[in-house]
Amino acid sequence: MSDLRDLYQDVILEHSKAPRNYRELAAANHKAEGYNPLCGDRFTVYVDMEGDSIRDISFQGSGCAISKASASMMTQIVKGKTKAEAEQLFDRFHKLVTGHAPANGEAELGKLAVFSGVSEFPVRVKCATLAWHTLHAALEGKQEAISTE
Amino acid sequence: MSIAAKPVSPASKQRFDIERVRADFPILQQKVRGKPLVYLDNAATSQKPRAVIEAISRYYEGTNANIHRGVHFLSEHATEEYEAVRGIAQKFLNAAESREIIFVRGTTEGINLVAQSYGRAHVQAGDEILITDMEHHSNIVPWQILCDERGAKLRVAPINDAGELILDEFANLLGPKTKLVAITHVSNALGTINPIRRIVEMAHSRNVPVLVDGAQAVPHLKVDVQALGCDFYAFSGHKVYGPTGIGVLYGKAALLEAMPPYQGGGDMIASVSFEKTIYNKLPYKFEAGTPDIAGVIGLGAALEYVNGLGIENIGAYENDVLAYATAAVSAIPGVRLIGTAKEKAGVLSFVLDNIHPHDIGTILDQEGIAIRTGHHCSQPVMKRFGIAATARASFALYNTKEEADALARGIEKVREVFA
Repeated sequence: MSDLRDLYQDVILEHSKAPRNYRELAAANHKAEGYNPLCGDRFTVYVDMEGDSIRDISFQGSGCAISKASASMMTQIVKGKTKAEAEQLFDRFHKLVTGHAPANGEAELGKLAVFSGVSEFPVRVKCATLAWHTLHAALEGKQEAISTE
Repeated sequence: MSIAAKPVSPASKQRFDIERVRADFPILQQKVRGKPLVYLDNAATSQKPRAVIEAISRYYEGTNANIHRGVHFLSEHATEEYEAVRGIAQKFLNAAESREIIFVRGTTEGINLVAQSYGRAHVQAGDEILITDMEHHSNIVPWQILCDERGAKLRVAPINDAGELILDEFANLLGPKTKLVAITHVSNALGTINPIRRIVEMAHSRNVPVLVDGAQAVPHLKVDVQALGCDFYAFSGHKVYGPTGIGVLYGKAALLEAMPPYQGGGDMIASVSFEKTIYNKLPYKFEAGTPDIAGVIGLGAALEYVNGLGIENIGAYENDVLAYATAAVSAIPGVRLIGTAKEKAGVLSFVLDNIHPHDIGTILDQEGIAIRTGHHCSQPVMKRFGIAATARASFALYNTKEEADALARGIEKVREVFA
């Protein structure tokens, strides 16, 4: 049960039940769809860029608790960040959930550190990173749906 | 085929000693994450009894040689063992002749063989292939490829809310343009048993041949291809306690005789010259290249294992466990069963409140319980029920009511985590 609680922390469960920024963004000038064919998770990420900064961001779709909570918390943390800062966060987040985070890495990730338990569940890494991959695709301006496979 | 509804007779209970059966499967003795393994992912692949594992070892340690062309001792013995399994498979399906048994990699390859060989020879622009809304992707995509190539149309017979084929709609879709019916015997996502004999009668009254995907049926039901009357029947060895990478396609000899080869190569020819190649007779015409000899021998051991227990005994025992598990799981608040057909085999698919099946799968895994979560390679079925995925527990001859209880306790735990 301790492992399970590492994965399903209260913050994650809370975000999965009441995801933040869960809506279509009319003003979005960047958008991408992400899909995990393994489990059918599917999210659309909407981004309103002002110059190099993320002025607003939202998402919609369906998925498991991990993927939905990750998307929700991602939208909170990258709002107001530059594209480069967002990409850097993705890189650190990816290292965290795959168990490659540096010793002091969690401090830089702030609230996202609650996802550290994912590293004990390798098959769930794709769930945790789906929204981030989709954000990356949106920022790169790719049009076609991206897939975790 | 309706062993599904029959109660277990005391006699068959005596014949089916579950403790002895479980002892035949070495993998079941282990613990997973500190808990006894509860393996409920049998519709994906079944575990292997010692008899199968040892038959494969014995072949590699004592018999290994290429078949059908050696004059030496080992080749002769390997050929004998390989061909003996054709006879075992023939009896297992009650095919009229052993040359009607083609060894393939699995159900998928069997269906592709028919689509590419029979299909290309008989399906023209404007023709139709009729399937159902409960097919596995492997009984959809080969027909889509054929239809795209030929300008033919894929028609899909609908299912009702219980997950049963709507026979009237099926009959309406069976028309003068229908060139083939391809249908699953048992649905992998829902567990529904289709009334194959009736479907074959309907199709044959219009001279339409029928292919049956038997992947999920063969482990649970007595299959008699002559009684069913179907023209093709495909199944995979690994779902019926045999190794992966081997399966069987049954086809009526007259149809197979008239079909062009599927793949070219060694063993499928009688003679080759650059001017003209003459194909080998059945079944070798459809077995190009060195086959999975060890796989065939393992499959033979698996079918003999099933024969030893008796498929009717297995089916009756499994139905008892499935009924028990269905009652236990459906009593849990928030559970909705997906697939509630009157005639079912092996499969318990469900969704739970707003909890994603992937989360259910992870939490059950922590309890040592292996289930499948996702769309089960049946995305149209998921769409039909308005869901993205289900959690699926699927049962085999070695599963017990205690394991069904463990599943129900695991689901309660999922509810606690998400409470």
